[in-house]
Amino acid sequence: MTSEEIIAQLPYGDDFCFVDELTHLSLDKIEGNYRFKETEYFYKSHFKNNPITPGVILTECMAQIGLVCFGIYLMAEDTTALRIVMTSTDIEFIKPVYPKEQVKVKAKKMYYRFHKLKCEVKMYNEKDEIVAKGILAGMLIK
Amino acid sequence: MKNETMIEQLKTIIKPYVENEEQWNNLNDETDFIKDLDINSANLVDIVLDIEDAFEIEIDNDAMEKMLNVKASIEVIKQKIAEK
Repeated sequence: MTSEEIIAQLPYGDDFCFVDELTHLSLDKIEGNYRFKETEYFYKSHFKNNPITPGVILTECMAQIGLVCFGIYLMAEDTTALRIVMTSTDIEFIKPVYPKEQVKVKAKKMYYRFHKLKCEVKMYNEKDEIVAKGILAGMLIK
Repeated sequence: MKNETMIEQLKTIIKPYVENEEQWNNLNDETDFIKDLDINSANLVDIVLDIEDAFEIEIDNDAMEKMLNVKASIEVIKQKIAEK
């Protein structure tokens, strides 16, 4: 499966899709990136006159790449009725991410068994500094 | 291995995943992991993985699907130990 084929299957609307491209795909790990647009809806209120990407959105970006795109890739045979449910997050935030910044997400599979995918996920900024890291898990349900 | 010993071992494995101490104390043969212990399906996977490590067995998808309560889990563990 290619990056484009996986992104085309994502179930998100335009203002809640935080994946631009996937740059590495294998059974053990996935890498992808996203550039936060100046016009993202949450910058207007988070915070007033001081736009910073919310931690929940960084978590969402990490999950969309590290669990959902990865899950679609791992289930490649048949993803027609696939639903991916995030079941746990344990993320630390190290640096802020501002509008127009591009983030790179790297997720390493810890295990994928009995429909549960658990990954160690790290997010980097354009200077290759780590901005967030942690562990995410989800269930891949058909 | 005796059933009681197995249940004790199982209780120790399950403990970190149970929020309600009382439910855990009352754990018996019929205890359903999801209904009685409020464990979600993702944590149930972790319990099964911990069971694999503790009893040095490998559990397949079919067996995993049966492991919804204490009794059924003990059956699966016994069967897998016997197959070793």
